[in-house]
Amino acid sequence: MYVSLTRAFYVLACAFALAVPLLGIYPVFMMKLLCFAMFACAFNLLLGFSGMLSFGHAAFFGSAGYVTGWLVTAHGWGTLPAIAVGTAASALLGLAVGALAIRRRGIYFAMITMALAQLVYFVCLEAPFTGGENGLQGLPRGALLGVLLLKSDVGMYYFVLAAFVAVFVFIRRVVHSPFGQVLKAIRENEPRAISLGYEINRYKLVAFVLSAALAGLAGSLKALVLGFATLSDVLQSNSGEVILMTLVGGTGTFFGPVAGAAVVVTLQEYLSDVVGGWVTVIIGAVFVACVLLFRRGIVGELAALRQRR
Amino acid sequence: MTQVFGIPVAVILGQLMLGLVNGSFYAMLSLGLAVIFGLMRVVNFAHGAFYALGAFAALLALQKLGIGYWPALVLAPLAVGVLGVVAERLFLRHLYRLDPLYGLLLTFGIALVIEGTLHQVFGSSGESYPVPEALQGVLNLGFMILPIYRAWVIVASVVVCFSTWFVIERTRLGATLRAATENAPLLQAFGVNVPLLMAATYGGGVALAALAGVLSAPVILVTSDMGSSLVVVVFAVVVIGGMGSILGSIVSGLALGVIEGFTKVIYPEASNIVVFVIMALVLILRPAGLFGRE
Repeated sequence: MYVSLTRAFYVLACAFALAVPLLGIYPVFMMKLLCFAMFACAFNLLLGFSGMLSFGHAAFFGSAGYVTGWLVTAHGWGTLPAIAVGTAASALLGLAVGALAIRRRGIYFAMITMALAQLVYFVCLEAPFTGGENGLQGLPRGALLGVLLLKSDVGMYYFVLAAFVAVFVFIRRVVHSPFGQVLKAIRENEPRAISLGYEINRYKLVAFVLSAALAGLAGSLKALVLGFATLSDVLQSNSGEVILMTLVGGTGTFFGPVAGAAVVVTLQEYLSDVVGGWVTVIIGAVFVACVLLFRRGIVGELAALRQRR
Repeated sequence: MTQVFGIPVAVILGQLMLGLVNGSFYAMLSLGLAVIFGLMRVVNFAHGAFYALGAFAALLALQKLGIGYWPALVLAPLAVGVLGVVAERLFLRHLYRLDPLYGLLLTFGIALVIEGTLHQVFGSSGESYPVPEALQGVLNLGFMILPIYRAWVIVASVVVCFSTWFVIERTRLGATLRAATENAPLLQAFGVNVPLLMAATYGGGVALAALAGVLSAPVILVTSDMGSSLVVVVFAVVVIGGMGSILGSIVSGLALGVIEGFTKVIYPEASNIVVFVIMALVLILRPAGLFGRE
């Protein structure tokens, strides 16, 4: 019963996602939402399924956007290679940051990732190819494999949707693989995983690099969707927002980060018209409420409700 | 004029002085973080926000009530401390039995609320706070020019830091605090009001941050985000020093401020990131931090 209901939900979600351009929903908004949903899913792979809280994921999201943006503007690269190199750059950055951060656990891990992300922010601010305070503007979306034009919002939307579904399925696959089970074992009880003979640092590092790379993919796509890459993507507040999305939706659930991203992006988009700058205060209050009142998040609470019945 | 590496000595000393001033703030903030963390196992992300709140409280007191610098030095930390106690009673105390990560997330939310409100009320341009009359002017030491206010900041923060250290390590109250850190339920069984101790500690820690905020108000521009950039540096300082040690956080705070000031002289582009680079090096060489145990 439980499985079939979940399946029905996914079928409905897919149908909705495919029909979005017909429903008259603004495609750019949906693309932004999908990019942040992908970002949150990548983050959740780390926090939810490996038990590591990174407070610096904006560094991967933002720097991939910069690399992709720089390649398509200054070098005229095609869309796919630029995205691939942007993602690879994030993976490399993730390798460096992860190798340092996994030397400590828990809150120290969080503080280290935050500090290193701040380092990345300053590098982005001063590096010659990032455009400093202005960022990179007017990124062309290009074409897919030389034929499919992405200039139209609808074409780009389906491209982003396809990428998102691929990432979503990939993360499910990773979590359910033997590798994902070892990650879970490390999350639940690190000393026991060590005593069973697992090289836990290697597993943690691979998880970190995977998460960073997927966050980078989301950042690259977002830069192309909106046509710019700016410092706000590498800011600490962006790292905070992806945590909030995951927390609101449900840490350690597959669909939670997507639901959370939908809630937070919608809030930001529509609330900022109504309340202006108070949006930060509201986001902060949601954070406090989430931590105090529903730590399992939307999807987590729903699942708990179902199990109780 | 005397020069070292082609840079006038007076310039080097001036930057070191500025570094020491920044280091004083790092030391006071990381000290508060260490005290709060030691007892409550909460990494107080809102520390920077309370620091900003202290500066704005002083500013508001001056502009609206005509309360000057010296009373504000006592009143602003007091007010912020009370706010801290309220925050602990309302929110933080529900999280003690959970993973410390939740404390970090909760205080992050509190920081957003405080900083967002400050931003909405006071705008983003920032305001300056006048240097109090008694501390205006400079001292000419012969080899360098010393602004009196900056010297006062350094002296004041060193005195505050070491008094805090003294209270915690050498007095009965401090012994009770340390006992609560070791084993809170046992201490409670002896009849000590541990929840009160927790609330007072959080209040005291953020009051220390607010005091740093008031001290810094005349030397920097008072803006709503003055704390959020600082708190990340202070986290790095804490990782470098090791959060368990009070003396360690004072020493590493001051030292990193000086190193940052020195970097400004020899390679200005790197001055923003030097603390983070040192953190990375410490993590490679001594993961537990310079003064930490694990």
